[in-house]
Amino acid sequence: MVMETESKFHVLAVDDSLFDRKMIERLLQKSSCQVTTVDSGSKALEFLGLRVDDNNPNALSTSPQIHQEVEINLIITDYCMPGMTGYDLLKKVKESAALRSIPVVIMSSENVPARISRCLEEGAEEFFLKPVKLADLTKLKPHMMKTKLKNESEKPVAIEEIVVSKPEIEKEEASSVIEILPLHQELEPMLSSNKRKAMEEVISTDRSRPKYNDITTSV
Amino acid sequence: MDTLIAQLQRQFRDYTISLYHQGFLDDQFTELKKLQDECSPDFVAEVVTLFFEDCEKLISNMARALDQTGNVDFKLVGSSVHQLKGSSSSVGAKRVKGLCITLKECCDSQNYEGCVRCLQQVDIEYKTLKAKLQDLFNLEQQIVQAGGRIPQVDI
Repeated sequence: MVMETESKFHVLAVDDSLFDRKMIERLLQKSSCQVTTVDSGSKALEFLGLRVDDNNPNALSTSPQIHQEVEINLIITDYCMPGMTGYDLLKKVKESAALRSIPVVIMSSENVPARISRCLEEGAEEFFLKPVKLADLTKLKPHMMKTKLKNESEKPVAIEEIVVSKPEIEKEEASSVIEILPLHQELEPMLSSNKRKAMEEVISTDRSRPKYNDITTSV
Repeated sequence: MDTLIAQLQRQFRDYTISLYHQGFLDDQFTELKKLQDECSPDFVAEVVTLFFEDCEKLISNMARALDQTGNVDFKLVGSSVHQLKGSSSSVGAKRVKGLCITLKECCDSQNYEGCVRCLQQVDIEYKTLKAKLQDLFNLEQQIVQAGGRIPQVDI
């Protein structure tokens, strides 16, 4: 059924080792994700619709035909790869207007604190030490939900899912209070700045599409 | 009176436990088993096979590099052992992983003798593990053929 595949998260996994690709693919499948694996950063960028100029690898242009038909909810990449490292890939993704909203996770077999903080500073959501375990992947859902919600907010929203706002409850009291929006307001602004924190807390505690029935949630 | 299936299951359970207790396997192997299901019923066997192929290839590369007396490419040895350490870690091959760590140290200090000795040990160790896992898989097959279920073994 069409809805079935649309609701699965699609992850792009990047690793130069065949063995590691097999592992991460199975881990992701077991976590109910759709997976595409590639063996290099440049192939990852190609898949995402960025054309890499071989003569000038620092110049990236968006491939005219590819309008990112494939919706990727997360990129998970190995750090140590020949040519373009996972860190390089992370930078290129975050520098691209088209791709920067895609969460990126870095994996490495080496526990180098300087490496970890550099990646997190550059915008990586998580840094996983290999071997990656099934339990690690549960941390991915909140990050992937963000992109799903963002993309879905651009489609017409079902009326039953939004509760009409009550005038008394306007202020955001604490980060655990969810702001109830009137029907006509778009969800998109909700995902920016300090409201994002509230959203994140809803998302991480309730994996299904948030239902705005309760005015306050205790986290 | 013990049925054949019950006997085989007990053998399987005991053998599995011994592999963990003797340090051949660690709990990453347990993690691997979690990934096996009806969608991917041979996952562990496939991954383990890939691992042993990796062992063969990488050990051969390192042996060749160490053979170039006077002109040993320690960088190559280093990157090969790094790969092997990674895959042995992912598979739960505890002893192999431990030896890879030692080999890496020898390589980093360009200790030729140490590297040669260590590599020999890695070679012996992966072959030993390969034989033991083969025995374990054979036991599994015997259980299935006898019409039984493979028991879940909690370490």
